[in-house]
Amino acid sequence: MASAVPRLPDQQLEPLARAYRQAVGAKRRQLILGLVLFGCATVLAGVVADVDLSKFITNLWRFSDYIGRIFILDNGPAAGRTVLADPAEWMWGLDKWLKLLAETLLIAYVGTVLGAMAGFILCFFSAENLTPNRWLRGAAKRFLEFCRTVPEIVFALIFVVSFGLGPVPGVLAIAIHTTGALGKLFAEVVENIDMKPVDGLTATGATWGQTVRFAVVPQVLSNFVSYALLRFEVNVRGAAVMGFVGAGGIGQDLIEAIRKFYYPDVSAILVLIILTVMIIDLGTERVRHALIGMENRP
Amino acid sequence: MTANALHPVVAEARAREAELRTRYPAVFTASLGHRVKVVGTLAAFAALLLFGLVQLEFSLPKMLFGLGKLAEFLWRMIPPSTGSWAKFLIYLHALAETVAIAFLGVMAAALLAFPFGFLAAKNVIPNAIVHFLSRRFLDTIRGVDELIWALIWVSVVGLGPFAGVLALVTANFGTFGKLFSEAVEAADRKAVEGVASVGGSRLDGMRFGLLPQILPVIGSQVLYYFESNTRSATIIGIVGAGGIGLHLAEQIRVLEYQHVSALILMILLTVVAIDLVSTRLRHALIGDSASRR
Repeated sequence: MASAVPRLPDQQLEPLARAYRQAVGAKRRQLILGLVLFGCATVLAGVVADVDLSKFITNLWRFSDYIGRIFILDNGPAAGRTVLADPAEWMWGLDKWLKLLAETLLIAYVGTVLGAMAGFILCFFSAENLTPNRWLRGAAKRFLEFCRTVPEIVFALIFVVSFGLGPVPGVLAIAIHTTGALGKLFAEVVENIDMKPVDGLTATGATWGQTVRFAVVPQVLSNFVSYALLRFEVNVRGAAVMGFVGAGGIGQDLIEAIRKFYYPDVSAILVLIILTVMIIDLGTERVRHALIGMENRP
Repeated sequence: MTANALHPVVAEARAREAELRTRYPAVFTASLGHRVKVVGTLAAFAALLLFGLVQLEFSLPKMLFGLGKLAEFLWRMIPPSTGSWAKFLIYLHALAETVAIAFLGVMAAALLAFPFGFLAAKNVIPNAIVHFLSRRFLDTIRGVDELIWALIWVSVVGLGPFAGVLALVTANFGTFGKLFSEAVEAADRKAVEGVASVGGSRLDGMRFGLLPQILPVIGSQVLYYFESNTRSATIIGIVGAGGIGLHLAEQIRVLEYQHVSALILMILLTVVAIDLVSTRLRHALIGDSASRR
């Protein structure tokens, strides 16, 4: 069957084909240049980071060995067998670890609540549609940026020096990081609101505070809560390693177990942490879905 | 406008307030049950907060004392200084190490996770068991913090940045596997069907139908993680896995305040620079589809 598409005469086709070849060639050259640059960057990074593949290959058995060993009991009557042979021996410190896990959860909770409150206040000042003053808005935005760019462990380290060892520095570090992260997300929600209620309230002579309370907050609250719940989840993971720098929670025991080669303890604590995080994941997901469902209510 | 000069509509509403109240009672007083629920929930949250503050040993004198020390700490941080050029060069090298760790960690993890993205995608591997197992496998890896991975790798390959690279590879592998599989699942099947309709094989369908759709998404995710990993790679040095974190932790412990602020400043500048570059690259990669998404 003859093609239904009309074929142009050659001399008309020629410049088009040339342009096509040129475009493809340019794209290909760009790709090759990109790949070469990427390769150079990789090699350079490999040199700087002391990557030694032979070391990796010769030591890889140790990794699988490590993973294997943390699941082998080294104490009690079932020593030398897998942890499931004697779960009671494996989880010998359950009481202590559960207490520490509870502390970790509490650190995450208090840190999240304090941070969410600070983020809640700051977000209105960093939202373009509510704070027309450029300087005030810029200051609020930069502050939030600083709070979330410095890793929370760094804050924890500094707070350990000023507040002493214990959960207080952990809570404060998480609160600051949460302020930065949530403040930004909250501000984005606020910038996307429907401005008609705000105009309406302004027209009735309401103050700025009243406008925020009655026109903005009802629109954004369910989104805020959903973000805060998500953050709580993240903070539980973060709080689990706060103990690494002496800022409370289960991390302290974990780092000790790893450093002192108490192999089965490592797996026991890790399993507890992973289970806790999973349960929190599932729980907060439910609440979030319920909240989003509420929004669709008439 | 002063409070006296109310808008006529408002003035009328004010004047007829009593009438409005009787006509629309629900607007003026929320139902008692709802009130109780809201107040009760808030009270429970507040009570837990108070309990937490007490349990975690917060106290006013402690906070005041700590804030005083913190203020002193901040005061002594000014001006940021590394002391000598030799020290500055050491820090600079450590910073380069951190960026290298982040770069390699993200790239290697992306390469490793790429096949897993297909394996864990429902529309490519319909087998529920394979799907479930690969998902849970990725979840477990992701559930372990990168600091913990760093500690484990340090005990395998020894102290140094190589352990940091491996830690980031492991941690990112879990994240990328999940993200990539979601990208694959979100891809439009029509392009693949189109390739099949002109006689392309299953592999052709993946190469010309699926890949062009997911590569920009994957690319932008990888770039984003490079950015966020530069932040997190700064800390794995705390457990001995290379990079600037080691120096930062050390200088905080020996109370060299000016060094601390200089290091934090260096990290912030690096992160900002990488932010700018990767945002540009990301926009170039996604092109105008960024606005469509």
